[in-house]
Amino acid sequence: MSILTKEKLKKTVTSPSRIAIIVAVVLIVASIVRRITGADDITSAGATGATLRFTIPLLMAGLGGLWAERSGVINIGLEGMMIAGTWLGAWFGFLHGPLVGFICAAIGGALIGLFHGFLVVKIGIDQAVSGLAINLLALGTARYLSSIYFAPNGGDISLSPQVKQPGVFSVPILSSFLADLNAKNIIVISDAAGILGGFVTEVSYATVLLFLLVPISTWLLWRTRFGLRLRFCGENPVAAESLGVKVFRTRYIALAISGMFASLGGAYLCMVSASVYREGQTAGRGFIGLATVIFGNWRPTGVLAGSFLFGFTDALRVRQSTSVHAILLVIVILGLLFAMWKLFQRNYKVFGISALSSLIVGVIFLKVPKIPDEFVTFFPNLATILVLVLLAQKLRPPAMLAVPFREREEGH
Amino acid sequence: MIDYGFTPRNIVAELNIASSYYIAGVAAAIGFKMLLFNIGIDGQYRMAVFFAAVVGGAVTLPPILHVTLIIIVGAVVGGLWGSIAGYLKVKRGISEVISNIMLNVIAGGLVAFLLQPGRLGEQADGSNNLNTPILATSGWMPTIKFLDGEIHSFLIVSVFIGIGYWVLLNKSVFGFNLRSTGMSFRAARAGGVNAPRMIFVTMALSGAIAGLTGMGTLLSETHSYSISFPSGYALTGLALALLGRNHPVGIAFAAFFWAFLDRSAGVLDLNGVPREIITIMQGTIVLSIVVAYELIKRINQKQEQRLVGNAGIEQISVPKAESEKNA
Repeated sequence: MSILTKEKLKKTVTSPSRIAIIVAVVLIVASIVRRITGADDITSAGATGATLRFTIPLLMAGLGGLWAERSGVINIGLEGMMIAGTWLGAWFGFLHGPLVGFICAAIGGALIGLFHGFLVVKIGIDQAVSGLAINLLALGTARYLSSIYFAPNGGDISLSPQVKQPGVFSVPILSSFLADLNAKNIIVISDAAGILGGFVTEVSYATVLLFLLVPISTWLLWRTRFGLRLRFCGENPVAAESLGVKVFRTRYIALAISGMFASLGGAYLCMVSASVYREGQTAGRGFIGLATVIFGNWRPTGVLAGSFLFGFTDALRVRQSTSVHAILLVIVILGLLFAMWKLFQRNYKVFGISALSSLIVGVIFLKVPKIPDEFVTFFPNLATILVLVLLAQKLRPPAMLAVPFREREEGH
Repeated sequence: MIDYGFTPRNIVAELNIASSYYIAGVAAAIGFKMLLFNIGIDGQYRMAVFFAAVVGGAVTLPPILHVTLIIIVGAVVGGLWGSIAGYLKVKRGISEVISNIMLNVIAGGLVAFLLQPGRLGEQADGSNNLNTPILATSGWMPTIKFLDGEIHSFLIVSVFIGIGYWVLLNKSVFGFNLRSTGMSFRAARAGGVNAPRMIFVTMALSGAIAGLTGMGTLLSETHSYSISFPSGYALTGLALALLGRNHPVGIAFAAFFWAFLDRSAGVLDLNGVPREIITIMQGTIVLSIVVAYELIKRINQKQEQRLVGNAGIEQISVPKAESEKNA
């Protein structure tokens, strides 16, 4: 008994403190780098706010992918479901306000999810084929419907009329306090205040509500009977069925939720990140959502971390491209610190790899004056490939992901 | 719409489009034979055509040699880009669908980066279209006069690709190994086939063929790669391979049908019907066909089972999921 409890004890004691140390180190490095390079946007409240607005769509797509994949079905159609969400959100948001927009997007997404479920679960066609077809259909349908509905209302085939954004709020005292602190320009503290300020200043209600879906997903998937069964269907549907779990029904529910989440992400994209539907607005975010699922090792918190990372780079690219360059310096310093720590632990292999790679990034930082936008654009994809290559052994996808499964029929 | 699609001018255009589509379809079909879902055709094609255009634009060689060089560069680059996904699948067990989706975006970004003026691309005066240097005339492929227009002679190459695909698959040891690995990874392995290697080679081969996709346009029409080169060949290729059931002739019909739909979309606008209806139609066709195949397969299976059952032979059923997982 002692080993187990000790292990547990050790984990609970060290884990939060370790996180605190990591956060502190990152903050200090970021604050120093901000001073050296003058890239104020790294730690400003505005950047945090923008990061949030870019993170939520990815997060929703990622959670959607997570729900589907945990039940054993891969959902390549996330992109199409997001497109549906942007369109539905824009149109119904335009007619009846943002709340109705979000609700309609959720319903529409769930229906598309069920359609995907019907094709891959009931009929049993290839999951990738179905997903791609959904992407194609959503793209065509959105354009087609735009030409019918948007064109007479002040938009055109690829643009909707202006949509009202959902309301924003600032946490009363805290927000102004942090803004003051940020303005005082004290090292580290001001930076921390800037970052935190972004979370409490002019936050959209939609952001908070959608953000809550992360703990809700975690709770549903890991703390309820339903979640256990759902994950069971992803790990071993044959065994699940033999124990009386309704695999088909569970997967239908999972896919409906998956579609709903992705679609909500799309609605957020057109109503909060922007205030208009534009064709191609999703820009492959559904696929990045798939990437965050891998990046996050099929866990909601991991998906959240991945979306933050990718949302952050996205936001920096849009706001201030010098920041992207400054981030390189942050990576170099953090990489070197990590390498030294590994040297201290006498883990020479990891030391070598991290020292070498941070030196390479350092050379890039010195030699290349500006990181081209194209590289920033495909950074999430490159990062995912690297994670897959380097950490494939540590990833734990559901065992029966994307494997066809038929329910046993009567008389067998 | 049908009348419009069959005017001589449009038939020529359709044949030209179809020849590109056809190659993408064959690339997808080779993957399918191995149960590989090569959604990376887009990236492979983009990298291949771009680098073929760059290399072709940088050198001047005797006519036939020049064209051959361009085609080979395309195939090699496409093959290399495709083999990344193959490597990841074999060595790291990463689904080729995921890695290829990522690689597509990376390829698009890389090409967009390299196409900037001052790197490998240039910008013509008074135009905002970026393109690679124009090929020397020795690198052009002639066009054939047909009806009212000019057909890319690369169409002939795509016919040969189709024939080659059929011969390779049905008449060679390699093709036999490929098909058997696709049918059952374990059985093929037990039969002495180096199945992981087959997966890698197939992925590379599929990529190499995908690399030839836009060659007709490059060699006979634009003579340079530009950002206006079409995208979306991956979806089309996969759809065509599914429609044509991986058979070279079937894919050819499907390719022409697809090109016909694309081209006919033009007339819909003139009649006040949004042309997007074609995209919806194509998506619906693919889905219906796939669903129909699946249902027919299911019915056949059931009938076979009944026959076997009637014959009184005891039937040993291995759960499908399990055998698939090991594959």
